[in-house]
Amino acid sequence: MNCQDVIRELSEYLDGELSPEARRDLEEHLRDCHECQLVVDQTRMTVEIFCDSQPVPLPRDVQARLRQALRRNYTGKDA
Amino acid sequence: MPVRLRGIVSAPKTHRLPSRIAKEDEPVLVAAAKRGDQAAFEELVSRYEAKIFRLTMNITRNNEDAEDAMQDAFLKAYSHLKDFEGGSRFYTWLVRIAANEALMRLRKRRPNQFSLDEPVAGEEDLMPRDLQDWGPSPEQRYAQTEMGDILQRLIGELPPDFRTVFVLRDMEELSTEETAKLLGISIPAVKSRLLRARLKLREKLDRYFRRGGQQ
Repeated sequence: MNCQDVIRELSEYLDGELSPEARRDLEEHLRDCHECQLVVDQTRMTVEIFCDSQPVPLPRDVQARLRQALRRNYTGKDA
Repeated sequence: MPVRLRGIVSAPKTHRLPSRIAKEDEPVLVAAAKRGDQAAFEELVSRYEAKIFRLTMNITRNNEDAEDAMQDAFLKAYSHLKDFEGGSRFYTWLVRIAANEALMRLRKRRPNQFSLDEPVAGEEDLMPRDLQDWGPSPEQRYAQTEMGDILQRLIGELPPDFRTVFVLRDMEELSTEETAKLLGISIPAVKSRLLRARLKLREKLDRYFRRGGQQ
C-alpha cells in the first residue's frame, strides 16, 4: 500500500469499515510513513472536533417565531 | 522507526451514535405527544431546536431558509407523529425531515450549485502537502465560542455537495445509505464526497492548529 492508497481508504479506515486485511496493510504503511500518520490523525481529529461541537442556543427572536408557529398549528388542529 | 504512534496504536473509531443528547424519557415524551400532549411536544422541541437549526443552517447557509426549514420540520413532525413508529430515535427521524426541508430550499435557491451528478471519483492526487504536527489538544488553543465560530465559518466554505454529505454523515451520524437516499445520490458518491469534505476541512483547520500557525 502506498500513500495514495492510504488516502483513498482513509474514510473507511476511520469509520472502521476496512476489511481486516486492508486495515493491516494500511497500518503497516503508517508505521513507516510519518506524513500518512499525520493525515490520518488530523483527519480523525477534524471529524471529532466537528462532531463534538455544541450548537449555539437558538436566537430569541427565532425561538419566539417557532413557538408562535407551533401554537398557530395547535389552534388550527383543535379548531 | 515510527515517529508518532498515536494514529496506529488506537483502533479506528466507529461512528458514535447521537445518544449523547438522548434522554431516557424521550420515548415517554414522544408517546405523550402522540396522545396530543402539546407540552410534551414542546419539550422535545426545546431539546432539539438548536441542533435542528444548526443542521438547516449548515445545509442552506441562509438565515431565512434555515429558519423556515426548521419551523416546517417541527410542524411536519407534529402533524406526522402518528407515523413515527419508534424504530429509530425520534431525533434521527426529525433530522431526516429537517434535512429534506433544508435540501429543498438549497436546491431552489442554488439550482446550479447543488449537483446531483455522480461523483468526482477521479484519480486526482488527494495527498495533502506541507504537513505539520498540530501538537497535543490543538482545539484547546481556542475558547469554546471562538472555536464554534471558526467551525461554522469553515464548514460554510465547503462546496454544497461536500458540505451536505459531511453534515449528514459526520455531524448527524446518518448512515451512508440514509445519506445517499436523502440526497438522491449513489453510495459511492456519498463516500467520495465525504472523503473530500473531510480532507478539505482538515486542510482548513490546519491553518489554525499547526504549531506556530495563524491566530
